[in-house]
Amino acid sequence: MSTAPKQLVIISGKGGTGKTSLAAAIAHLAAGEMPIVIADADVDAANLDLVLHPTRLESHPFSNGLVAEIDEEKCISCGLCEEACRFDAILVPDRTGDPYGIDEVACDGCAACVYHCPVEAITMREPQVGEWYISETPYGPLYHAHLFAGADNSGKLVTLVKQQAKLRAMDDGRPLVVVDGPPGIGCPVISAASGADLALIVVEPTLSGAHDLARVLELTDHFGVPALVAINKGDLSEQQSAAIEAFCRERGVALSVRIPYDTLVTEAMVAGQPITAYAESPAAQAIRALWATIKARLGLQGKE
Amino acid sequence: MRITVASGKGGTGKTTVAVNLALSLAAAGSPLTFLDCDVEEPNAHIFLRPQIEREETTGILIPEVDDDLCTYCGRCAEVCVFHAIAVIGKQVLVFPELCHGCGSCAYNCPEKAITEVLRPTAKLRWGKATWEGAPIAFGEGVLDVGQAMATPVIRELKRKGLPNEGEAIAILDAPPGNSCPVVETMRGSDFVLLVTEPTPFGLHDLRLAVQVARDELGLPAGVVINRDGVGDDSVERFCAEAGLPILMRIPLDRRIAEAYAQGETIVARLPEYRERFLALYRRIEEEVGR
Repeated sequence: MSTAPKQLVIISGKGGTGKTSLAAAIAHLAAGEMPIVIADADVDAANLDLVLHPTRLESHPFSNGLVAEIDEEKCISCGLCEEACRFDAILVPDRTGDPYGIDEVACDGCAACVYHCPVEAITMREPQVGEWYISETPYGPLYHAHLFAGADNSGKLVTLVKQQAKLRAMDDGRPLVVVDGPPGIGCPVISAASGADLALIVVEPTLSGAHDLARVLELTDHFGVPALVAINKGDLSEQQSAAIEAFCRERGVALSVRIPYDTLVTEAMVAGQPITAYAESPAAQAIRALWATIKARLGLQGKE
Repeated sequence: MRITVASGKGGTGKTTVAVNLALSLAAAGSPLTFLDCDVEEPNAHIFLRPQIEREETTGILIPEVDDDLCTYCGRCAEVCVFHAIAVIGKQVLVFPELCHGCGSCAYNCPEKAITEVLRPTAKLRWGKATWEGAPIAFGEGVLDVGQAMATPVIRELKRKGLPNEGEAIAILDAPPGNSCPVVETMRGSDFVLLVTEPTPFGLHDLRLAVQVARDELGLPAGVVINRDGVGDDSVERFCAEAGLPILMRIPLDRRIAEAYAQGETIVARLPEYRERFLALYRRIEEEVGR
């Protein structure tokens, strides 16, 4: 019997709340009970491989959109391209001292300049802006990527990594895909969260954390993704933890146990291991309870 | 002077450093503008508590087709690289979420049948924060939930909110990550201040942020190590190798974490930090002057 694999995505709104450390721990726990696939969807700051030590099996180039190029020989320096460009991507001789050129970092690839240029001096090309990989880890195959510094993260690379991971899970009959998501609420997060069976939202007990949680919950509601909130480092502020829990209850959002602040989590990161594999500790215990909640929510049968 | 505070990794203390630097400078008498460019999750207002005086809607200019003028020639669809407009029989379909607002369809329409209308995607909020009697001009972008594109909002926030060169110090709080929105925030800055934590994740993302700031944009950069003492010394070794100056260290301090949790600033809780943030600014000036 083959059913569609469940997708668990770990997101946070605010960055640095512990998404990746949790993703690694959950991958470790889940892999002890069932075959899984892991995806790192934080493609512009991918960190999961620092803990999972993947062996890379495949590497693929990734392109996404176009960049303009000006032919110096043909350019008559009329400046119409600069007037047309809404992305401030035309390098102007007055400012640079060089002939007209393209600021490739700023260029959106829209090709408006191509149509405004009276002498056909501008063409578009499609550069490689990243790579994606299939790797093997002790906990299952890892699908991950690297977006070159400064490239446009339109969410396409995130979608690609996620789709490949899901296809692999379907092919192998693996019941769960664990997706480590990016921070924020924009394009990459929308791509990471859409279609997920459960979004685990990791929040820290601060005013900023609470503020960002409200926005990321609006997002999961908007896209119809069920949410489960986990407060990380819960004991750092009893007051803010309680406020976040009250907010979740009022809003009817599922809450997991609080994960306590635990210096072993950073130690485990430095050692390059999931906390649950590194040491029995207060945080590891809480994460085991969290994993049990996730399993129940997703209707997964794991051996105990 | 325009300073962007960025980090690569999220949650390292960008907003903390940006806000405390701004408050220290304002209290010392410098005219100051603060722009929160983390439009997906803007948090600086929690600490600066500005009085918002004005809010405006911003967004993307999308095409609107005048059916009386349109001949369904299909030129608009042909020039749109984002496939945001399609002509099917005697119907023009516009897909607003795909449109980047470049204006090519309107420009290329032979019948001048396309006008551009604003599709709201975000709010820009303007106001003033006050700290010990000193004013700070404040601006933030707030992306509407469900909207995908942060970069145009940041561009607009900067276009409208940046003071003229020499009139005031501008501090820009960047979003996390290393892609487009971060680049857009950094562009045109005199200095990029990278806040990191001394852990493997912090280091990995710092490396990428340095690539964006120094290699892609050619901007001078320096590092603030936050939660100093928490992990290992790999960030320090990297900075030495890469010739990146470490301009400040903020130790792991429960009082700072608690203040942060309540939306309080370091300089309010621990006044001795005012001088340290002013010293940070002097170090930045030195680095820019090199």
